[in-house]
Amino acid sequence: MIHIFIYSGVFLALLMLLSLYRAVVGPTVLDRLVGVNAIGSKTTTLLILIGLIYHRVDMFVDIALAYAMLNFIAVLAASRYFQKQKGLYDERSNK
Amino acid sequence: MNIIVTIILISGLIFFAGGAIGIIRFPDFYSRLHPAGKLDTAGLATTMGALALYTASSFSTASLITALKIILIFVFVFITSPTATHAIIDAGVRSGLTPWRKEAEADK
Repeated sequence: MIHIFIYSGVFLALLMLLSLYRAVVGPTVLDRLVGVNAIGSKTTTLLILIGLIYHRVDMFVDIALAYAMLNFIAVLAASRYFQKQKGLYDERSNK
Repeated sequence: MNIIVTIILISGLIFFAGGAIGIIRFPDFYSRLHPAGKLDTAGLATTMGALALYTASSFSTASLITALKIILIFVFVFITSPTATHAIIDAGVRSGLTPWRKEAEADK
């Protein structure tokens, strides 16, 4: 069962690389925010998988809960900040 | 019990894979929020369910409390993930991003 958890964690890390592509090259700021939000929700699962691999779930569950809250507050604060700005544009078209 | 946990975990990983591929492949910011908002919540729900089932399968008080905490994470994300998606869409609308259209793509 440990091997299944390890392979699932590696697969999740590869999916986080796919989301990191959108966070790096995304045309607007909000695209990067979407990528960061997706990475954060995958990290919450990955933390509990790490806890199951090391047999310390009772400690890693609290870290995962704190990380979920931190991800939510970061995305909410960043989107509230960027909605005041009128300068959001597609960075590829050079308007 | 291990087989059931493995099946639910792999189905959750398929949800996560669909979300990651959708975030890359969709053409527009608004359409990218569709896989980001839905499939991440669905994948997190199924994987958290599998891991809570695996944790609770050894019936002791500490493991049951830990499984309850994992369910609590899922309930928290189930409330906050649509809120975050709505906040991002609201920022996009108020800053004046126009949605993607097929005619505009054909004009290039």
